[in-house]
Amino acid sequence: MGVRSADDTRAYRAALAVGLPTAAYGVSFGALATVGAGLDIWQTMILSLVMFTGGSQFALVGVLASGGLSAWPSAVASAALLGSRNAVYAIRMSPVIGRGFLRRAAAAHLTIDESTAVSSAQGSLRAQRIGFWATGLVVYVGWNLTTLLGAVIGDLLGDVSAYGLDAAAAAAFLGLLWPRLAKLQAQAVAVAAGFVAAILTPVLMPGLPVLVAALVAVVIGATNWLGSGQRTSGNRTGEKS
Amino acid sequence: MTAWHIVLLASIICFGLKSLGYLVPARLIERPTPARMVDLLTVALLAALISLQTFAQGQQLQLDARVPAVLVAAVLFALRVPFIVVVVAAAAVAAGIRALS
Repeated sequence: MGVRSADDTRAYRAALAVGLPTAAYGVSFGALATVGAGLDIWQTMILSLVMFTGGSQFALVGVLASGGLSAWPSAVASAALLGSRNAVYAIRMSPVIGRGFLRRAAAAHLTIDESTAVSSAQGSLRAQRIGFWATGLVVYVGWNLTTLLGAVIGDLLGDVSAYGLDAAAAAAFLGLLWPRLAKLQAQAVAVAAGFVAAILTPVLMPGLPVLVAALVAVVIGATNWLGSGQRTSGNRTGEKS
Repeated sequence: MTAWHIVLLASIICFGLKSLGYLVPARLIERPTPARMVDLLTVALLAALISLQTFAQGQQLQLDARVPAVLVAAVLFALRVPFIVVVVAAAAVAAGIRALS
């Protein structure tokens, strides 16, 4: 401890590079929640402080914005379905986080796309821990500040997609996916899952297309189709010992 | 259901889902098949999110400025351009096309 290695520095840099643009997107969440869905500032802030998982937050206020409060079953179900991937991330992060009830409870709260992705991309266990906590905290603090900003000045900004923030979010997810596409099996899953999610969007309740797309991974993972004898598609689960 | 009920219910469910994963014994997912499924699940979920973020507008599919922006992002990622630069470039492409059209 004390002296920072090159590994540590790399983890901190990745945390900032991933965390800051993600956090900036909170402005559009704050605006959509207040202007679009009609929530007050406190309700909007509770979502960012307590729910704290962007996809689910957008899904919830997106459904409420189009369907009103009576669409709550669909809104809550969409948030839950999108949030279910965090359970998968938690399984992945569990050995990285280590023991201790409070530490694991805090880690659970910060278990999101970005913290998991940055952590998984690091080499040593120490760097994986730095990646997880640094990214989680950068996004948590930043996301809540920008949510507040968006909730307060949202109607001044007008349509936030004019600033290209929706494309920025897609690009950020693409950046998280990119390093995982080294193998043919992962590429096939990505293409199939993206296709399935898109074609089911007009047909199914919001949130469900993502879950059906996830079944692609379960089926290909279980049968190891296109796996050509490899044991796992990535190097992350294989390396813990 | 008031807006407060909906907000609190959904928040508690989402935190519960995060906690759930930390209760799964590690040895269960370290065997090859579950480990492969967990890996591919991450890939599938991210790909589905990209697809929706790029093509979906509510429950409609819509081709707009997001598509060229994401294509530009893919090219830049392939060229190993840093993450933050790519994200800003994608936003700029989409914003630029919308400003001009």
